[in-house]
Formats: sequence, structure tokens, C-alpha cells
Amino acid sequence: MSSRPISEDDLHAFVDQALDPARRTEVAEYLKSHPDVAGRVEDYRRQRESLRAALAPIAEEPVPSRLDLRRLIEARRASRVGWRAAAVAAAAAIVLLCGGAAGGWMLHDLSQPPAGGIAALASQATESFEVYASDHVRPVELRAEDRTLLVDWASQRLGRAVTAPDLSRSGYRFMGGRLVATPQGPAVLFMYDDDRGTRLAVLSRRMAVDQDAPMRPHSRGSTAGFAWAENGIGYSLVGPLPAEALHPIANEVRRQERGI
Amino acid sequence: MTTMTSLIEPLIPALRRYARALLRDSSAADDLVQDCLERAIGRWHQRRQDGDARTWIFTILHNLAINRLRQAQRRGRHVAIEDADEDSVSHPPAQEDRIRHHDVVQALADLPEDQRAVLLLVAVEDLSYAEAADVLDVPIGTVMSRLARGRERLRRALGEPDRIAKAPNLRRIK
Repeated sequence: MSSRPISEDDLHAFVDQALDPARRTEVAEYLKSHPDVAGRVEDYRRQRESLRAALAPIAEEPVPSRLDLRRLIEARRASRVGWRAAAVAAAAAIVLLCGGAAGGWMLHDLSQPPAGGIAALASQATESFEVYASDHVRPVELRAEDRTLLVDWASQRLGRAVTAPDLSRSGYRFMGGRLVATPQGPAVLFMYDDDRGTRLAVLSRRMAVDQDAPMRPHSRGSTAGFAWAENGIGYSLVGPLPAEALHPIANEVRRQERGI
Repeated sequence: MTTMTSLIEPLIPALRRYARALLRDSSAADDLVQDCLERAIGRWHQRRQDGDARTWIFTILHNLAINRLRQAQRRGRHVAIEDADEDSVSHPPAQEDRIRHHDVVQALADLPEDQRAVLLLVAVEDLSYAEAADVLDVPIGTVMSRLARGRERLRRALGEPDRIAKAPNLRRIK
């Protein structure tokens, strides 16, 4: 039995029942032969008991409704949607005041109520594509060989089973993908390459609004795409191709996502 | 958000208790808890996934409480013990415990806020010393010394009359 000297910290840990059993026995032995210290420790122990007893009733009170977590989450969601809608309306007004010079896309996007729907999804897919497809160092976070890992990860974060479409019959090899952030939560971006320098991407995320929406084209600059939503999941296929070339690939993605 | 609800919701009673015992004002304490919950909802996705939700939310609450205490001090508004609403801090469940509970709560209120915070986190909320150190953003050694000073000060304030009466006998036996 090594006898490490008993410290003040040991006495407090004894009171708080934070010692391992061996040390606890050593402290108890020490206290038996040191009644004055034992008296002080007993005072601390009783002090702890009365503090707990005196304050326990607070934790037993019914929780006031203003501290209802679910309501607070709801209220936050509502205020964010309200704020976003107001911001969108203000931005749209500015675009109109500027004579619509900013061009068709912005006006098209901003005039689409409600926020967070298909138009927002299309815009997010375009932005993610422009950032990541042009990246020569690390266009994807997880590569094709980690397909299962990527799909499991994305399914877990999106809270819904997702699959990575196979576009090899359209001439595009699966490269891998990554998670991206959107104001509506995590989205997964799958990337494809035709090995001749053309890349495509599919972005999907859950849809709180526009849970089901027919496929429609979108474009900004040289990036075109098709976006749609089915059963609460939104998809957008984007790439630097004319709409006629993208459309059949988008149909193929939709067909695979439907599991047909 | 469902994980958040399942992790945070059970902690709300303890958060109310900590806030009220620290601030000694029940409506201000609930304001603080509401503020804390709103921040927690907003920052939920920023929290470290491997971190402990209880330590995380107590840290948010503690920082809000300290800001509030500092603001009150700057404004020179000080709630004297006699003026504090005793019922807002303590609801003694039984008549015989009333005096003891009242005394301990009053003695606690007299402690400097850093000692009060450590005692509450460790002795009432059952945080480990390491978790309390995280919440307070101080080394464990500081937690231990504040705990020792707080307990000793509380012991002197309470006097523990029957123990002191017994002490000489114990010494004589030895």
C-alpha cells in the first residue's frame, strides 16, 4: 500500500463522491484517525446535502411554457422564414428599382415565393457547381471508391436515404462528392466527369417547401441545369452544357432516384 | 433538431435551478434560461459533435449569467439579501427544514459569485471537476481552490452549532 499523502482536494472529492474506490478507502482510513478533519469533512457533507435539498424544488417545478424547447424551435423557424421572405421581397424591390438590369436569373429567382423552394435549390446547385467543379486540387471530399461511405454519410446527415446516380451510360464517370451547407440544412453534391474536361453535378437536399415540383430548366451564365423535387427531396443537375444536352441526363437521374 | 430536443429538454429544470441560485431572482433567471435556449438552438450545428451537451449548454448559461451580474454591478443595482425574494430561491418542503434551508441559501448568496458558481456546478448539478473547469473556462486547480474556499466560508457562516458543541469531546477522546 503506497500511502500518497491525503490532500485537501482528496477531502473534497471524498465529499463529492468523485474518488475511485481504492483512494476512497485510504481517505476513510485517514479520517478515522483524524477526528478534527473528519468533523470538517462531515460539515462539508451536510452542507452539500442541505444545498441540494434546498434547491431541489426549483428543478421539480413545472417548466414555464416560455421555456418549452419545441415552441422555441418553432418560433425561431417562423422568424427566420419571415425574415428571409422580407429580405427576398426587399431584394426584389431593389432589382425592380434598378430597372431589372441585373438580368433575368435574379429576378426570376427572387420573385419565386416561397423562399427555400426549387428556385433556391437551383441557385445553390449552381453555386456549389461553380465552386467545386472548377477545383483541380480537391473537387470532391470523398472519392468514387468511398461511394458507400459517402452515401451513408449523406443519408445520415440528410435524414433520408439518398443514392448516387450512375451516369456511365450517359458518358459520365462518378467522381465522388461532398456535403455542402445551405440555409435549409445539409445538401449532398455528387460530381461526374466525362474524362474530356466536362463535369456535371447533382445536388440534393430535403425540401420543406416545394416538396413535389415538376422538372424545370434553370440557367445562369454558362451553367445550366434542371431542378425538381419528389417526396420531400429536391434535385438539381447542373453542368456547362446546353439545356437540350442536360435534359436527357436529368431524366436519367430522376428515373434512377425513383428506383425504376 | 430531434437530437437536440432529446439532449437539451431534460436539462431545462437543472438550468433553471442553476440560473436562479446564481442570480437569486426567479424571473430574471427564467429570462436567462430562455436566452440560453434560443442561443443553443441557433448554435446547435456549431457545437463539437464529440462534446458533452450538458457542459456545452451550462457554459452558454454561465456566460450569460456572468454578463448579467456584471451589468447589474455596473448599474450599481444590488439586491440586498433582506430584499431578495426568499421564496424565489428556496421552497422548503417541510417545516423543520425551513430554517436550515433558508440559512444555507442565504449563506450561499453571500459567497463571491465565482465560489457560488463552483459549489452549484459541483455539489448541486453534479458536474465533474473537469466539466466545471470547462464551463468556467479556468484550470481544474482553480475549481478546487474556489470549492475549498466556498465550502469553508459556508461552514463558518452556518456555524453548524451541534458539531461545534461536539468537537471538544472528540478532541478529548483522541
